[in-house]
Amino acid sequence: MRRALAAWALLVAVSLGAPAFAVQPDEIMADPAKEARARELSRELRCMVCQNQSIDDSEAPLARDLRILVRERIAAGDSDRQVIDFLVARYGEFVLLKPRFNPHTLLLWLVPPLVLVGGGVALWRFGRRRPAASVAAGTSAHLTPEEESRLAGLMSEDVPEERRS
Amino acid sequence: MIAEAGHYALVLALGLALIQSVVPMLGARWHDVALMNVARSTALAQLLFVGASFVALVTLHVTSDFSVVNVFENSHSMKPLIYKITGVWGNHEGSMLLWVSILALFGGLVAAFGNNLPLTLRAHVLAVQAWIATAFYLFILLTSNPFLRIANPPIEGRDLNPVLQDIGLAVHPPMLYLGYVGFSISFSFAVAALIEGRIDAAWARWVRPWTLLAWIFLTLGIAMGSYWAYYELGWGGWWFWDPVENASLMPWLAGTALLHSAVVMEKRNALKVWTILLSILTFSLSLLGTFLVRSGVLTSVHAFATDPARGVFILLILCVFIGGSLSLYAARAASLKQGGLFAPISREGALVLNNLFLTTACATVFIGTLYPLALEVLTGDKISVGAPFFNLTFAPLFVPLMIAVPFGPLLAWKRGDLLGAAQRLTAAGIVALIAIAVLWAWTYGGSSLAPLAIGLAVFVVAGALTDLAERIGLFRLPFGTSLQRARGLPRAAWGTAFAHAGVGIALIGIVCETTWNSEYIGTMKPGESAQVAGYELKLDDIGQRQGPNFRELVARFTVGLDGRTLSVMTPSKRNFTTRGASTTEAALLTRGASQLYISLGDIAADGGVAVRIYHKPMVLLIWFGPVLMAFGGLLSLSDRRLRVGAPKPAKAARALQAAE
Repeated sequence: MRRALAAWALLVAVSLGAPAFAVQPDEIMADPAKEARARELSRELRCMVCQNQSIDDSEAPLARDLRILVRERIAAGDSDRQVIDFLVARYGEFVLLKPRFNPHTLLLWLVPPLVLVGGGVALWRFGRRRPAASVAAGTSAHLTPEEESRLAGLMSEDVPEERRS
Repeated sequence: MIAEAGHYALVLALGLALIQSVVPMLGARWHDVALMNVARSTALAQLLFVGASFVALVTLHVTSDFSVVNVFENSHSMKPLIYKITGVWGNHEGSMLLWVSILALFGGLVAAFGNNLPLTLRAHVLAVQAWIATAFYLFILLTSNPFLRIANPPIEGRDLNPVLQDIGLAVHPPMLYLGYVGFSISFSFAVAALIEGRIDAAWARWVRPWTLLAWIFLTLGIAMGSYWAYYELGWGGWWFWDPVENASLMPWLAGTALLHSAVVMEKRNALKVWTILLSILTFSLSLLGTFLVRSGVLTSVHAFATDPARGVFILLILCVFIGGSLSLYAARAASLKQGGLFAPISREGALVLNNLFLTTACATVFIGTLYPLALEVLTGDKISVGAPFFNLTFAPLFVPLMIAVPFGPLLAWKRGDLLGAAQRLTAAGIVALIAIAVLWAWTYGGSSLAPLAIGLAVFVVAGALTDLAERIGLFRLPFGTSLQRARGLPRAAWGTAFAHAGVGIALIGIVCETTWNSEYIGTMKPGESAQVAGYELKLDDIGQRQGPNFRELVARFTVGLDGRTLSVMTPSKRNFTTRGASTTEAALLTRGASQLYISLGDIAADGGVAVRIYHKPMVLLIWFGPVLMAFGGLLSLSDRRLRVGAPKPAKAARALQAAE
């Protein structure tokens, strides 16, 4: 039985070429607080040979190397910031799943707030401008009387809105 | 023979689509009823031929005809029947055939059930549908033909990617495509309205059910895909902010916004121009999703096509349709008259706010997904945008949105009473505060954000119930009267409440899973046990088993709680001989809405096996929420108002209105 299992493991290892999952039991640090920090950091770091996976999730050998590296740095007494700086110095910005705020990523970080604020301002201005414009245009001048009656027929099928002031 | 017949049927469908692209347009221009009616016949005939083509490919897969490249590359004679069938769309060519089949299905549905549409509108809508269909038929026939033969047929196939050999493949892609492609209808309606240069509330009434239908399928498709990833990929994650997932999330966000703005348009004849734009954007994002997944721009498990010719072709389709429709929009939008005035504090105002936040969320996902690509092309710099970015930017957008959700349905149209709505939501607010306090005390010293987030979710759920209670006058009127009013309440009102409650429920699941997830990672030998979240899991034995087209390593765990034996869990690791690939089959034990999750790793030299055990509290709510949303959508769809759609008579005289 033991032998069969070993053979099986070998087969799996050879045919796969990669171990089976993310954080391996032998990587875990003895100190739970440090391990928690390592896990937290691992989630922010990209496994560079994978498709959009953090090293915490990835099965690739490179991710394992990086996980061990992160733990070595933590064990050596580095702060989170130092660990990240160390990895960026070694592998470039590509390793960060959350890009740093710099001229290159200005647009990336600013688009969401700009869309929100810009949309809000546009709505506010639109709301102030519209009453006059709409009255001038008339609301349904482009419908023929026949269509008007048809539309009215459609709308009257509505269940009336309940008690609302 | 079957392959050739399927191929030929597809060519005929292309011919029909070409006719449908042109003739009805001319008919509408010349006010020729017969020409406009051609669209109806061609749409139905297209459905027939594309259907035949699809059935042909299914037949080839089921009979394991390895003389066809597509079958040889993606099937195996020993594969179970269900995966022979689902394997049809588990590859690039087949999935594109499924795409056009669903497109033809929707075209056929409009043709069959669009009798109450004005004739010109129907002609235009079906013509636009045919443009899309033509582009994709050409794409399949020129770059991705699933019916190509091999000169010397091999005796055995290469088998399907093992990760895809799962019941998830039977449900996830068809659902997703029904959603993606379903939005083509609202797109076609929008383009038709722009071509005709007129749009009214009745238009919104016709578009809404189609949008709702697509949205229901997309919601279920995304949720199903997420659950599939959760149990199949083996590390218990359910959303990875992978570009491919984002590609499906973007049309969902835009589609959700469209659903809400279409309500305003139907009820109040306002937001027309915006609704048209959203219809165009939603389907454009669906096309973009198809491009991202199919072009190989992003390489991932989903991208089975990495042929640049295909990428360029789809990019071309993308440019023509998105560019074309947006140009048409720019040219014609100004001619669409605005109507329906409303004060900022009103139901319309609330729906506009909903649209603002959903659109911003969509833009965030869009920039996060495409920015690294654009930056690399323009400057050569490589950056990564992953989960931490999206969690930081996306989540804050949902907080104000969720706070606003319960207010929306309680505000009146035109001019609402915010204070009144707030008063009516007092009870919901109190319930939420109690939930926060209880959770905070219970998890004292833990995360302080999680109780607040759950409080918000409780507020949304309670708010949805408040809306129902208010409408039927619960506690205010005698119980019998309330019951009577509940029965008379439009189904759309029930649908709104269910869908909104679903959002809150999903949030509860998400917060619980991410905050209070506990895990155990270790090497275990038979006879050893592990403790996770109060459960005791004892590894009984490890054995092997032979499946139809794989061998698997199976571990048996006995799960105990407080000394009682609850159940047995058997996670396994499958090795597929043909492809030499393996999959982890996680074992799941459901306890209420929570789950225990075991996945197996490698066997160590000493006979121990690497094991990951998770306890995921309330995790099922993550998918129950979307199911509830989809159910709400279904209720709305069955509302009498939407089913009626428009009155019957499409009499010739009336149908012959000018197209201006």
